[in-house]
Amino acid sequence: MALFEIRGLTKDFGGVRAVDGLDLDIDEGEIVSVIGPNGAGKTTLFNLVTGMVTADQGAVNFQGRAIAGLRPSQILALGIARTFQNVRLFPEMTVRENVMVARHCRTRSGMLKAVLRPPSFRREEKETRQRAERALEFFGSRLVGWRFDTPARSLSYANRRRLEIARALASDPKLLLLDEPTAGMNPRETEELIELIRRMRDDLGVTIALIEHDMRLVKGVSERVVVLDYGQLIAQGRYDEVASNDRVIEAYLGRKATTA
Amino acid sequence: MTATGELAAIDFVPAPKAGPRAIRLGLVGGAVAVFVSVNGMVEAFSGRLLLGSLALGEALLLSVPLLIGYLAGRPEPVLEGFTARRPGWRNVLAGLVAGLASGVTLALFVVLVASFDIRGVFLNATPELVRDGPRILTFGLELGAGLGLLLGLYVALGGAGGVLQVLPGRFRRAVLTALGWVAGLALMQPAVAQVLRGIQQELRIWTAPLTDFLYDASGALSVPGIATIAAAAFCLQLLASRQHRKPVRTRLEQLPDRSRRILRVAILAAVLLLLGLLPQVIGPFLSEVLNIAGIFLLMALGLNIVVGFAGLLDLGYVAFFAVGAYTTALLTSPQSSVGVGWVFWLAVPFVILAAAVSGLMVGTPVLRMRGDYLAIVTLGFGEIARLLFISDWLKPWFGGAQGIIQVGDISLGPVQIRTPEAFFYVLFVFVLLAAYATYALQDSRIGRAWMAMREDEAVAEAMGVNIVTAKLSAFIVGAVLAGFGGALFATKIGSVFPHSFNVIVSITVLVVIIVGGMASVPGVVLGTLVLVGLPELLREFEEYRFLIYGALLIFMMLKRPEGFIPSGRRAEELHEQEVAQDEWLVAGAPETGATDADRDEPN
Repeated sequence: MALFEIRGLTKDFGGVRAVDGLDLDIDEGEIVSVIGPNGAGKTTLFNLVTGMVTADQGAVNFQGRAIAGLRPSQILALGIARTFQNVRLFPEMTVRENVMVARHCRTRSGMLKAVLRPPSFRREEKETRQRAERALEFFGSRLVGWRFDTPARSLSYANRRRLEIARALASDPKLLLLDEPTAGMNPRETEELIELIRRMRDDLGVTIALIEHDMRLVKGVSERVVVLDYGQLIAQGRYDEVASNDRVIEAYLGRKATTA
Repeated sequence: MTATGELAAIDFVPAPKAGPRAIRLGLVGGAVAVFVSVNGMVEAFSGRLLLGSLALGEALLLSVPLLIGYLAGRPEPVLEGFTARRPGWRNVLAGLVAGLASGVTLALFVVLVASFDIRGVFLNATPELVRDGPRILTFGLELGAGLGLLLGLYVALGGAGGVLQVLPGRFRRAVLTALGWVAGLALMQPAVAQVLRGIQQELRIWTAPLTDFLYDASGALSVPGIATIAAAAFCLQLLASRQHRKPVRTRLEQLPDRSRRILRVAILAAVLLLLGLLPQVIGPFLSEVLNIAGIFLLMALGLNIVVGFAGLLDLGYVAFFAVGAYTTALLTSPQSSVGVGWVFWLAVPFVILAAAVSGLMVGTPVLRMRGDYLAIVTLGFGEIARLLFISDWLKPWFGGAQGIIQVGDISLGPVQIRTPEAFFYVLFVFVLLAAYATYALQDSRIGRAWMAMREDEAVAEAMGVNIVTAKLSAFIVGAVLAGFGGALFATKIGSVFPHSFNVIVSITVLVVIIVGGMASVPGVVLGTLVLVGLPELLREFEEYRFLIYGALLIFMMLKRPEGFIPSGRRAEELHEQEVAQDEWLVAGAPETGATDADRDEPN
């Protein structure tokens, strides 16, 4: 059984059908790229899966459990974490605090404990801190040391993207959804991220689905490419298969004049 | 590299519009002077002598050119890479021009008042200002001579303000400190005299000669007093700003652990001892002032959690204050509808319960609202609460406009807390607990959830924070703190009336945390003392309280939007030094100290 299954997922925004009867499976340990022209419904798909937008129809199962209709926080707790296309951090909180927030669903202490500070609270805080720092250390020296205590807003663009991934990783996800992780990165940084995405899968055992426009990354990292157009799945397979698929070329470049 | 070197050598040649700026500032100053004259402040304050024979009203009038001259004399902003022009006669001239412009504006107003009766429009523009009686604006002289004196003083003081800008930084700071101390001690004469008297009575330190030396019989600072205070403040500030002096903080950090611990205990002990003696020394009136401020502080700490941490703008906060007060009144007053007449401490759990429930009741319907909408709806809830307490419908329970009287006193064992001095201790414990809880919550799982929610609600939810519980818990904590404030308020006053719980209370508390510093406990404390405590001391200003609040708010929003004592990160946000953060700059990475230095004193 697949780790993650979508059946007949549909979402209308007014008159526009953003996602149209989509079926999609993702197996454990896969790295899947979701591509498609602008407006194909890729980000809406992520929003639907994480519960930030509610679906009109269809089912989403994660580890055999129906997750449609759950709150985003519950879905995160089940193990689906995401990043955002236009980086959305908590700008005034420090780098470390940003990541610590993602441990919220894995920790328990309430207000009473926060005020009384029993040993169990201290232990949990310490662990939260360590887990957050470990997630940041995943990106080498870029987000560690004095950067732990700088506000997220003062980071460079690429570092913000990294911080967002670290935040998602800190919640111990089983499935990580990356929405255009390399947007705004230079080629060298993209290379590095390809490496990191592989390591997330190999070392941390995270299944990864990513939306990407940078075909170097798609080619370099994904084992399977899923192509959406007008909310429908039009092709899937290995990168070269998909890249030579007529429907895909048509979706990106338009219909040839002769076939019209 | 050479390029920047050459650039640095170029003087900032283009003479920018210093003249127009000085005149513009001068006109603004003139408008301020006319405004304070026309709205009656000058006259209302002319009864109180401040410095020698100078009354508060005149001092207010004369502080305008000094301030305007100081502002007009400020060096031009300099582009990066250019050398600033050395301050010199231009700055003084700018001050003189600004002073003159202010003076001319005010003089024109004086002529206007002297020639026409404008009281039909400006009620407070009384004949006493210029024509009859004390003739405040012309310093009691005939019109011509008075105008001459006025203009002369304005120009001279404007120039003096400009001269301040020419002084080297240390001296300027020392002069400003001296001015501040003289003004402060003169304004606060009643409080200072009371404290000195208290020290004499309680600690048997003979302070009467000092009081007599500093203050005249009229309550104004005496001339030798002014000279001594100014000289002392000037010298101390000059000494304190010696160069090559390490900041206290770094010096403390260099101490060995053991002595640091001893120092900390010693400071704590000294603070506790001082606080223990405080209410005795300052006497009942000042204790009462502190108690009023303390009750507002409890509310401000609560609202700080709701607005500062969780980012939920609540304008109906007074509702929870009222709930706390009425719960206490119902349970402790034998005259109330419940009529059980419990002791205060028995009522406290019910205050917590009632406040929490009311927090839930307000929080639940507004779960989906943010920002402006939330503010308006909570404003409505605040009014609803007041109207319910005043209503005839609930009169059998809450007593309508007559309220509830005979609210029980607090008792500690056999001791009844009746005097303001005793009440201070109880209140102090509550405030301390609230401040501690604020710090503890800020640095915890729930505090981070609140802040994440403040920053971006949708993302916080996507990152695992249940927004419903986070919002409700913020409302509940805020409500409980306000409830404590209400409970203490009810027992302090001994009665509750619905008119005590109007929207002004909500607004005041909000202004306190905005001016003091959002999400910063020291800021909230200072904000309360300044905005709630000071007006109680400076009774002259009572009538103009909201005018001053408004002016202060505008000033703060323009010049220091993060508040008096901001929380660390908000200060950075609003006065950010651009920090380039890419890896090739790591070697020269700025440490966090940069912002402290920045805050120190912008030259």
